[in-house]
This record gives sequence, C-alpha cells and structure tokens, in this order.
Amino acid sequence: MDFSDSPEEAAFRAKAREWLDANATLRDGSEKAQDHFMARDADEVARARDWQARKAEAGWAGLTWPRAFGGRDATPIEQVIWNQEEGRYAVPPNAFLIGIGLVGPTVMIHGTEDQKTAVLPRALTGEDIWCQLFSEPAAGSDLAGIRTRARRDGGDWVISGQKVWTSGAHYSSHGILLARTDPSVPKHKGMTMFLVDMSDPAIETRPIRQISGGASFNEVFIDDLRVPDSARLGGESEGWKVALTTLMNERFSISVGRASGGARAEELIDLAARVERNGRPAIEDGEVRARVADFIARQRGLEFTSYRVMTSLSRGEAPGEEGSIGKLLLGKLRQEMGAFGMELAGTAAGVSAAAGDDTARWRNEYLTAPGNRIAGGSDEIQRTIIGERILGLPPEIRVDKNVPFSEL
Amino acid sequence: MNFGFSEEQDTIRETLARMLGDHATLEVAHNRLDSGEGFDTATWSALAEGGWLGLAMSEEEGGSGMGAVELAILAEEIGRCLAAVPCIPVLCMAVPALQSAGTDDQRKSLLPGIAEGRTIIATALAEGGGLAPDTVSAKVTQDRLSGQKTPVTFGAEATHALVAATDEEGTPRLYLADLSASGVTTRALDPVDRTRPAAEIVFDNTPVELLPGSDPAAIKRLLDGAAVLAAFEQIGLAERVLALTTAYAGERHAFGRPIGGFQAVKHRLADMFARIELARSNAFFGAWALASGDNQLPEAAAVARLTALDAVQFATEESIQLHGGIGFTWAADPQLFLRRGWQLKAELGPTAMWRERLLGHLADAPRTAS
Ligand SMILES: Cc1cc2nc3c(=O)[nH]c(=O)nc-3n(C[C@H](O)[C@H](O)[C@H](O)COP(=O)(O)OP(=O)(O)OC[C@H]3O[C@@H](n4cnc5c(N)ncnc54)[C@H](O)[C@@H]3O)c2cc1C
Repeated sequence: MDFSDSPEEAAFRAKAREWLDANATLRDGSEKAQDHFMARDADEVARARDWQARKAEAGWAGLTWPRAFGGRDATPIEQVIWNQEEGRYAVPPNAFLIGIGLVGPTVMIHGTEDQKTAVLPRALTGEDIWCQLFSEPAAGSDLAGIRTRARRDGGDWVISGQKVWTSGAHYSSHGILLARTDPSVPKHKGMTMFLVDMSDPAIETRPIRQISGGASFNEVFIDDLRVPDSARLGGESEGWKVALTTLMNERFSISVGRASGGARAEELIDLAARVERNGRPAIEDGEVRARVADFIARQRGLEFTSYRVMTSLSRGEAPGEEGSIGKLLLGKLRQEMGAFGMELAGTAAGVSAAAGDDTARWRNEYLTAPGNRIAGGSDEIQRTIIGERILGLPPEIRVDKNVPFSEL
Repeated sequence: MNFGFSEEQDTIRETLARMLGDHATLEVAHNRLDSGEGFDTATWSALAEGGWLGLAMSEEEGGSGMGAVELAILAEEIGRCLAAVPCIPVLCMAVPALQSAGTDDQRKSLLPGIAEGRTIIATALAEGGGLAPDTVSAKVTQDRLSGQKTPVTFGAEATHALVAATDEEGTPRLYLADLSASGVTTRALDPVDRTRPAAEIVFDNTPVELLPGSDPAAIKRLLDGAAVLAAFEQIGLAERVLALTTAYAGERHAFGRPIGGFQAVKHRLADMFARIELARSNAFFGAWALASGDNQLPEAAAVARLTALDAVQFATEESIQLHGGIGFTWAADPQLFLRRGWQLKAELGPTAMWRERLLGHLADAPRTAS
C-alpha cells in the first residue's frame, strides 16, 4: 500500500500538469457554478467538444482505453491522477462521460469489430456525444420493466416507445437504447440493446426542466425508428446482460468522476471564516467545526474508496459492486453539504442576492444533489445491491421475475 | 392538561381549509413559481373578506377576538396549501407588536387596514447574517431611521414596515415606517422560493414612529411567538408533502408492486410521520404558552421551531427521493415544498440561533426537580 505517487505516477502527473498548464487556465473561484457532466447550452457543448478534441489529439482522452481504440492504455490510477489535475483547471463540463465511461466499455465487451471501429474513436474525440436511453416512465429502478418495443421487419428492426430522464439527449448524436424484443418471456429475458442515431426524424427529444432550474434531461419519443440488424449491440434477447455492463460502469463513473470534482467540503472552511454564527466568526463555532470536519472525513473516505476500486481495476479485476458504495454515499453528502452551506449564511440562506455568490453556490449544490441520489440507481437500490450482492443477504421476494412480461 | 383543539376550533379549520383549498391550489403555486409572481393577493383578499385577517384582533380593533390558537390553525392551513401570503410577518408579528407595544393611535390607524387587507406591514428584523435584537446596526436619531434591512419578507409588497433599529441610547427598539415616505429604497431579492418574495430595504433618514413598548425583551417575545406560529405553517407544509408522497408510494409500481410496499420506502414515510408528530406536539405546547402568556414561551418556541425545521427538511428532501426521477423535475410538487420550507427557515433565523436560545434560556432559568 502506498498513498503517494510512484516514480512513474509522479512523472505522469508532471506531464499532465505540463500539458494542462499550456492548454488551460487554473480555476480561481470566479467560475460560474457549473454542472460537472452536463453542458447547459450549445455554446458549452461546442466548448466541451473543442476541449475533448484537443485532449484526444494530445493523448489525454479515454486514458484507460486500449491504444487500439485511441486510448492511452493508462492505469486506472493514472486516470485518477488526470482527474485530480484536470479538476484544478477551469475546463468545460465533461459531456462525454456517458460515451467514454458507459457506452465505450459496453461496446468493447459486447460489440462487433465493426461497432468498435464505428463507435469508439468518435466517442473518444468528442465528435459523437452519447446518451443512455434506458429509463422509461414506468421503468426506472425496475429497469427490466421497459415497454419500448423493437420488432423485426425483414433484416431491420423497427423501434417504438418512450424514454425519459435521458441526460444530454438534446445534444447527443447517438444513444444506447434498451428495448423489449420478446414479451412472451419473463421480463429480464426478452430485451435487446441497440445503438441508435439521435438525428433520425423518428426520434423526438423534449427537454425537461429540473428543480435546479436547468434542463439537462429529456423525454425521448421514438416512433417507428428503423435500424439495421447491425445496430444491435450483443445478442438478441441478451439486452439485460449488456445493460448490466453499462450500469456497473455507470455507478463506477459517477462515484469516481464526482469524487474528484464538484463542491469540496474544504470550501466550507473558507465560507465559515467569512460569516458569523451566534455573533462570532462561524469558524469558531463548535458545531460548525464538527460538521465541516465530518464532511471532510466523509469526502476523503469517498475519494479513497474510489482509489481502492481503481486499484482493483489496475489488477485487472472488472468494476464490481464496490461502485455502489461511492454512488450511495455521494448524493447524500452533497445534499447535506449544500444544506449546511445555505444554513451558514444565516437569515440570508433563502436569498442569494443578499449574501453574494456564496449562497448561490451552495443553493445550486443543494438543488442538484437530489438528482445524484436518484440517477444511476437510487440510494435504495444501491443499498439492496450492497446487501444482496456484497453481504450475501437473502434477496427481496420478487413477484414478477418468472412471469412472462406480457402477463404482468 | 388538554393537548387538542376544541370543536369550534375544528370547525374553524374546516372552514379555512375549504376556503383556502378553493383559492390556493398547488396548480396556482406552480404557476406562481413559473412566472415569479410573488404575493397571492387574491387569496389574501379572500382571507380579508372572510374576516380571517382580523382573527386575533379584538372587536373594537376591527377583528373577531380570537387568539393565538386560532391564528395557529390559520398558519397551519396556509402552510398546507402553500398560499403565498404574509401570514407570519403581518398577522403573527406586526399585529401582536402593535397590540402589545404600540400606541392607541397606531392601533387605530393600522389594525383596521390590516383586517381589510389594505395594509401590509412587513417585519424588518434581519440584517444579512443576523436577527434583532442581537444584530442591529440600523439607527434612529430624532425619529429618523437610517440603515439597511435584508431580507425582508414581502418587503417590496408591503405598505409599512416594522423595523428593528437602535434608539439614541443604543437600545434595539421597533419602529414603524411608512414605505411610501422619503428615503426608502426597496430592491427585490432572489429567494429560493420566488413565490415568497423578499427584499432589501435601505432607509436613509426616513421618518419613523417608535412603538413605545418595544425593547429587546419585547422583540425576543415577538420572535418567540412568530416561531411558534411559523412552526404551524411548517407542520401544515410537512403534512401535505407527507400525504402526497404517501399517495404516490401507493400508486407508483416497481418490481410488480406499489413502491410503498417496500420497507425502505414505508419506513422512510413512517419516519417522516414521526418527526412531524413530534414537531406538532411541541407546537401545541408553544401555542398554549403563547395564548396563556406562560413564561415557558422561550423554551416552547425554541423546541417547536427546532423540531419543525427538522421535520420539514427531512420530509421535503425525502419526498423528492421517494418520487424518483419525477421528484427531481421542476413541474412536480415536491420542490414547491422544499423551497417554501427553506424560505420559512431563512426568515426567522437559523437553526443554530434557536439552539442557542433554547440552551441559553434553560441555563439561565432556575431548575425545577422533575
Ligand atoms: C438527474 C438524473 C439523470 C438521469 N439520467 C438518466 C439517463 O441519462 N438515462 C437513463 O436511462 N436514465 C436516467 N435517469 C433515470 C434514473 O435512472 C431513474 O430515475 C432511477 O433509476 C429511478 O427510477 P424512477 O425515476 O422510475 O423511480 P422509481 O423507480 O419509481 O423509484 C421511486 C422511489 O422508490 C424507490 N424504490 C423503487 N424500488 C424500490 C425497491 N425495490 N426497494 C426500495 N425502494 C425502491 C426508489 O429508490 C425511489 O426512491 C436519470 C435520473 C436523474 C434524476
């Protein structure tokens, strides 16, 4: 065990820093609150694409991907180092998380050679932006309840249905779509995965506004979308297996990606030094000190947990259920930190203009954090995964598992 | 001991609930949040017409002579329907301040207008980070007020403001300012809950009138009373969000069952319920102490406020969680409650202040064997 960089890692860090210094500017705290993953408008998408292209050209994109697919064959620890370093700079949001973190690994495992060639390089450079068309109005936690239908028609498939909460669909060029192909078998068995082109007129995307005010997710209506059989990812009726690869990578990407970005507990120290509580500098208040110290301890724990996962990945193990730990704890931590930041501002907590940007920043954190507790498998679902798959507890009683989908 | 409402009080609640239900629907609340429209004047007028704004005024003051318990019922029903009306600042602070510390002339000139809904008196006790009487830098010299007050709930909509400022001896007192007078600059703020508007008010040599009975102790009592009544507004809010989340958990299906059938969901809802009931018991104690003038009011107010704050935050955050993706949308109901909850929290001082007040009071009070 060694928590400091090895000589190779130190060299990697120095190289990363050198390139970043030459190509980006350090954050100075004046940046607008921005979502870590989602671009907010066309301008941000363009800037994100440009940044991604420059990274790809210099060999800093898709670090852990094999060289054959344009990656760097870097170790997962090197990915962490890169995230740490890049996090210090004012760079556009990483709108490619789904393509590089979720779709890429899924295609590498389940895709044909043609699919790998078509998908991977363009995902890496940011030419293609991917979204994840899994959840539906009646199927979120219970993803295997999806109703979007894909029917064979000659050599093609024709897909119809509705997806929802699709992050980034409004600016994505492509989507990974889970559809039901055989309703006559139990729900987990009759699904198939597809890779679709979002510019097809059979797909209509409507942004949905979130409580934070932005609209980064969408409803997606699919009306007789015709795709060739070569758009199928993995075997027919093997969609669930393919989806599990994506979901595992999703939990993992969320916990690892976020642990090195977003609002930091240490920023609460600065805030507490500037505001008063009960007539004294808040930083002298016992409760403030206790809360902030606990936040920092939890945040560190999350970071180190993600590094441990990275270490097992470096040893060639597949991302396991450990991703659930970070995924479970992160959202609640962000929510509590956001609330505490708002509270520190005292009577001004509700009113950003009175307290300057401090309150606005923590308010934004507080209003986006609930999404973290729901997206990518809710807190409750993560607990079930930990309980059943890590602790080996008896599974929940399932009434719907062995019944044909059409009879549910 | 009687920890419940009388039959007449239950009737008042039903009447109010029906009336408010007609005016302040959640659809109205959504529309207001979308448009950024604040004060719901239609509901306020309806309350005036029904005689509810003069509820806790004597008949000669233009009211119906009821007391703090009935006011608590009104606050709770307003919280339940998220009506965007200034119940706490006007009815629960300005009116009792005038009644207890004002002059006959002040009462005569202002209370009838309040009862009719014409006069809106905002209470300006806060200055950025703190609250009067502990934090006051606004000053009055020779009946002229200078200083900055923020945030002032409904400050931009009000006709008058009750302002905490120090007198020439440096003692915090309450002053009445006509907001149409000279030297008043009002700037609307951007609150978490846009339907509960707040403003910054700057006074520059503005003519004001002292409420002669106001001193630091009176300001504290006023805050205690407001905290009790606000706890009822918070409880109404929390109960509504619990009710709609419970209903959703009964309808929403996953894994072939209503999600409310999963213990994780059921237990969360049960926890919400328990926290709200705890807050309600404390709020009852507070209403009694307020109505009877009992000297346990400071303690009663602090415990009512602390448990109400906790219940609201837990219920609103977990309501979003239990709604899943839809709970995170702008158009869904839970966020309305979350935002209002924070606004109510921001208005009467932070949790830490009330913790200090509770312990400060208990540490000072002579201990009785229990
Ligand atoms: C910000 C955000 C971005 C998203 N982006 C995407 C995306 O890009 N692509 C995509 O496909 N989806 C996306 N989602 C959807 C997300 O995956 C689902 O919202 C999530 O899986 C929950 O599903 P649901 O919304 O249907 O809630 P439901 O499944 O209806 O859950 C409602 C509540 O019930 C609980 N619950 C459900 N089942 C159980 C159980 N068995 N035991 C205990 N509790 C249970 C849940 O935890 C939750 O609290 C996103 C969601 C959010 C909030």
